[in-house]
Amino acid sequence: MNFAVLQFPASNCDQDCLHAARSLGHSASLIWHKESALGAADAVIIPGGFSYGDYLRCGAIARFSPVMQAVQQFASQGGLVLGICNGFQILCEAGMLPGALVRNRSLQFRCEQVFLKTLAHDSPFTCQIPTNRLLRIPVAHGDGCYFADGPELEDLKSHNQILWQYCTAHGDVIDDANPNGSLLNIAGICNRNRNVAGLMPHPDRACESMLGSTDGRTIFESLTVSFLKKAA
Amino acid sequence: MKARVTITPKRAVLDPQGKAVQNALEHMGYSGIAAVHVGKYLEIEFASGDTPQIRQKLDEACRRILSNPVIEDYSLVIDES
Repeated sequence: MNFAVLQFPASNCDQDCLHAARSLGHSASLIWHKESALGAADAVIIPGGFSYGDYLRCGAIARFSPVMQAVQQFASQGGLVLGICNGFQILCEAGMLPGALVRNRSLQFRCEQVFLKTLAHDSPFTCQIPTNRLLRIPVAHGDGCYFADGPELEDLKSHNQILWQYCTAHGDVIDDANPNGSLLNIAGICNRNRNVAGLMPHPDRACESMLGSTDGRTIFESLTVSFLKKAA
Repeated sequence: MKARVTITPKRAVLDPQGKAVQNALEHMGYSGIAAVHVGKYLEIEFASGDTPQIRQKLDEACRRILSNPVIEDYSLVIDES
């Protein structure tokens, strides 16, 4: 499978994503933000970082990059797009995912391992995550507090678009397990068509045992299985 | 000609910065504060132009990029001097 990893000025997890994809046996290439085509991409990863210095709002300027036009077109044809951390913020700013990410409730940059509960196992991003298996994956962000207004949250719930919630090591979705103040402990969501997803935690930093967790692999494996199933 | 854009968080959105500033003010003895909201202020200068046209364009820019309507409100003032 061939991953296109976008690269904006001040992306800083682009290499992590390339490395994660390649270490799992896939091919992956960087696509500079000024490119207007994605090449032979089977899936797109928008990596973490501080695109354009987080000026104005996180992701606000990156979303107008030429490459994002190509990503919108790719997604509109059913292509798989995963936004991680800053990538999630960019997808929300671009209107490809509902809601927005604002400053952490604590005003602190939070860099730590969190536990995630997977709510929907029927998406291309979660289909290989065993039921009832909690994921231990790191977060590293200052603006990860997910917000959407009341009707939008109801819409997310009723269409099973909430993919991951922050929880305790025992799987309890409680406020103490919420690192940033996200509504409903939301860590990641997908769009209505289920081919675009974003999450604040970094699966790219949890694909090798020497990094302390390999749980991030389950998300990459989900993408692979979904892609191969679709291509078959 | 100068446009002044003020962007503030919507009331429903958690504003921890506003809360932290409010706490600091109260701690310093400034009493009677009901709420503080921290936003952004932009000045956009034009060499020349037609005010209604500039207002229309900036209104669009405020919705498309300068503010995020999901979490922010904006106000736009055009100073013709």
